[in-house]
Amino acid sequence: MTERPLTSDPASPERADSSRVLGPEEIRRALTRIAHEILESGHGAEDLVLLGIPHRGVPLARRLAELIARAEGLPEDADLSELYGALDITMYRDDLRSNPTRAPSPTLIPRSGIDGRTVVLIDDVLFSGRTVRAALDALGAIGRPAAVRLAVLVDRGHRELPIRADHVGKNLPTSRTERVHVQLAETDGQDAVDIVRPTAPATEGGRA
Amino acid sequence: MRHFISIADLTRGEALSVLATAEHMADTQSRAIRKLPTLVGATVVNLFFEDSTRTRISFEAAAKRLSADVINFSAKGSSLSKGESLKDTALTLQAMGADAVVVRSGSSGAAHLLAHAGWIDQPIVNAGDGAHEHPTQAMLDAFTLRRHLRPGDPRAGLDGLHVVIVGDLLHSRVARSNVLLLTLLGARVTLVAPPALVPVGASAWPCTISYDLDEALADSPDAVMMLRVQRERMVGGGFFPTEGEYSRRYGLTIARAARLPEHAIILHPGPMNRGFEIAGAVADSPRSVIVEQVASGVFVRMAVLYHLLATDAREAHREN
Amino acid sequence: MRTETTDDTVSASADPAPLLIRGGRPYGEDVQDLLLVGGRIQSVGADLEIPEGTEIIDAEDCIVLPGLVDLHTHLREPGGEEAETVETGTRAAARGGFTAVHAMANTTPVADSAGVVEQVARRGDSAGWCTVRPVGAVTVGLAGERLAELDAMANSRAQVRVFSDDGKCVHDPVLMRRALEYVKSFDGVIAQHAQDPRLTEGAQMHEGVVSAELGLTGWPAVAEESIIARDVLLAQHVGSRLHVCHLSTAGSVDIIRWAKQRGIAVTAEVTPHHLLLTDENVRQFDAVFKVNPPLRTAADVEAVREGLADGTIDIVATDHAPHPRDAKDREWDQAAMGMTGLETALSLVQLTMVDEDRLTWRDVARVLSETPAEIGRDLEQGRPLAPGSPAHVLVWDPRPVRVADPAEHASLSQNSPFAGLELPGTNRLTVLGGRPTVRDGRVVQR
Repeated sequence: MTERPLTSDPASPERADSSRVLGPEEIRRALTRIAHEILESGHGAEDLVLLGIPHRGVPLARRLAELIARAEGLPEDADLSELYGALDITMYRDDLRSNPTRAPSPTLIPRSGIDGRTVVLIDDVLFSGRTVRAALDALGAIGRPAAVRLAVLVDRGHRELPIRADHVGKNLPTSRTERVHVQLAETDGQDAVDIVRPTAPATEGGRA
Repeated sequence: MRHFISIADLTRGEALSVLATAEHMADTQSRAIRKLPTLVGATVVNLFFEDSTRTRISFEAAAKRLSADVINFSAKGSSLSKGESLKDTALTLQAMGADAVVVRSGSSGAAHLLAHAGWIDQPIVNAGDGAHEHPTQAMLDAFTLRRHLRPGDPRAGLDGLHVVIVGDLLHSRVARSNVLLLTLLGARVTLVAPPALVPVGASAWPCTISYDLDEALADSPDAVMMLRVQRERMVGGGFFPTEGEYSRRYGLTIARAARLPEHAIILHPGPMNRGFEIAGAVADSPRSVIVEQVASGVFVRMAVLYHLLATDAREAHREN
Repeated sequence: MRTETTDDTVSASADPAPLLIRGGRPYGEDVQDLLLVGGRIQSVGADLEIPEGTEIIDAEDCIVLPGLVDLHTHLREPGGEEAETVETGTRAAARGGFTAVHAMANTTPVADSAGVVEQVARRGDSAGWCTVRPVGAVTVGLAGERLAELDAMANSRAQVRVFSDDGKCVHDPVLMRRALEYVKSFDGVIAQHAQDPRLTEGAQMHEGVVSAELGLTGWPAVAEESIIARDVLLAQHVGSRLHVCHLSTAGSVDIIRWAKQRGIAVTAEVTPHHLLLTDENVRQFDAVFKVNPPLRTAADVEAVREGLADGTIDIVATDHAPHPRDAKDREWDQAAMGMTGLETALSLVQLTMVDEDRLTWRDVARVLSETPAEIGRDLEQGRPLAPGSPAHVLVWDPRPVRVADPAEHASLSQNSPFAGLELPGTNRLTVLGGRPTVRDGRVVQR
């Protein structure tokens, strides 16, 4: 509430509340870079498992898996089901009792499991860190990876736990009251990352 | 959902949502560590005015696998057997700080009363009230039916399926809840019982009622659910002349089971009277899913507790 | 028959001041004034000459009726004083516009002896809110095994004429026959609670669509109808008077209609709640709707309304059945049966019958005052609003509509199923023997 809006257009207040941070091309580039970073950080694709956190972490994990497969020279139609999956964390959240009931999503773990492998957790936005903490707990119930890493499309700051991402698409300074709105073609029809600000009363607009 | 009292309170969407959560719970139960931290810090009270070890331990297991604390308050050896009223018990539980109450009672409407009389604010789960409803039993039956007959689609209903339910409809809360739920999910239900065990007024139910088991089984059912028949009450109450006569007309014998379509499954809410309403060999046959129902019960009850407790319902209630 | 001169409490008090009820419409018909002097109606008409000190009551647009008579009240005393006493029950009656109630016998001890009925009558007299006519039990302890001393009760100071095991049915046909025969010698009547006990073992609510859904043990209509059919035939056979309590089913109305066509001396009552409520009210499992006989279907409600309109059903009786809160704050199958009714009875009759053009106010005087007094052989009640009659008068304003609130009731118990309902009409004045017992809905403190 104390931060000045990044842009302001009183003529069209609805548009003024949201500003585009990443477009499709920027998202593609960010993911390509993350894919290379993951490979470069010293793990061969065979020991790697990318687990997306629902909902938008799951398509991101699939895209990263495809990028990694291409970089490793795997054939176009290679079976990637051993490379990526999904990890639902609903039952491990610590904020369940103050939020509306969430319908759990499926957890999909590669058949060979995660024991002894490097798991990269994938999410769209890193914020408080509580989702990642829940994901670590959920992972613990499934197996014992050799290492767990974290990749996110956007890191918006405001951590509440000692957690950091190993691979970040874009660092995005935000105010707590702003919302980072990620859209992906698979779930939303288009690729975009926007910052959405709450509509502040006009009288408070001068306070900055 | 604030309470889980009656299938009649549910929409199809809500029922499917509970079943979807139950599927998820089932997935988590095959992991190395089955305990989920979801309801840590919450206290679930099992308030059982009527003895039912099976249902009680199923709810207990469900609550514990979600990391809730469980307090069992059973009729035997407690103030409940000394005539303490439901109202006083409710006030006690309220004062103790229970977060949800699972109630089983021989009185129809007991769960509804507990939820709505204003004695206690917490979510109430009906674990069977008189001859009225047993909604979590119906959910676990639907869950089991769906896994076998609509496999692979966690969003599927039971559309197009034909389920035959056989036994003491007059006193059966399981039958009532199942008629409501299975038809809500799109199944066709045929109830079979001797006429004296069909409630007057049941003709208004959304199902077919038959007095002839063989006729119903000839109508290619996808599942047959046998209800428990309390022999003492039946013969003593004059509902049918002898056990033998009932068993001949309405028992699921080996011969009858053999006439079922190949894919058809057999359910029983338990405990069974082997050799009476169901032949032992039928209960043990590969098409019997009776043991699986018990496992389904835990998943479904985990899902129900999750839906009621994983939101701060009390907070929402206050805001309303 | 008890007379005013044996009524020591009332006769001991000074004569009330003369009252002029001005501008009201007796029986809902033409405007006439009523002058009440010395416990009697002195004159009726316009421009009446009034003695000095006469209090004038403005009754413009109000209905003037003879004081109401309830043939079926549970006052609970002795033994059930936590639910109601003669004092509180008769206050409730006065608020409802009643000047006489018949107190049912199912007290503790049971009113099956001259001693108990005299005590109840005496308590009524000393309370002074309305005449209390005890009903005697038919069988000792309501056990349905052997006749109580009916003659002793009839010839006691209580002058009992109505006998009933109400709450229980006199189901043994031989015992019922003997009772019907026995009361002939003193012109008594057996008021039967028609309920076959075997057909209603554990019964919780009307047996039908709703009971099937709720899983509550059904209470079949035939359990009532079979007893009524038997009893009218018995009454015909032995030439006795029979009164049937609280008819609740369409079949019961048919049987009574048939019996009357055959000239059988049968009378029948319906309760206010059976004129309005149905088994659909049970769906919330609120035991305030638990009553014996049970609430039936909408078709049955229509049938009892029709029966009351065409005279098949002779009277409305409240079956006022107060219960302490604990008896109702329970699981349905453990809760007590019964509902209060004295303070809402006339509103209910207005709502369901008068406002629906099925009864006139003159009919209301018949079904709520004249005929019940006649069945109970009470010569002092239910008299015409004419010079010389005892001054038992009700002034009723049919216009106000109010939300029923049991907390305002004078009854000790609050188990009214009408709580929260908008009910028409209000009691402006109840006069018992020339003395106001209720003014504008409030009991008059003495």
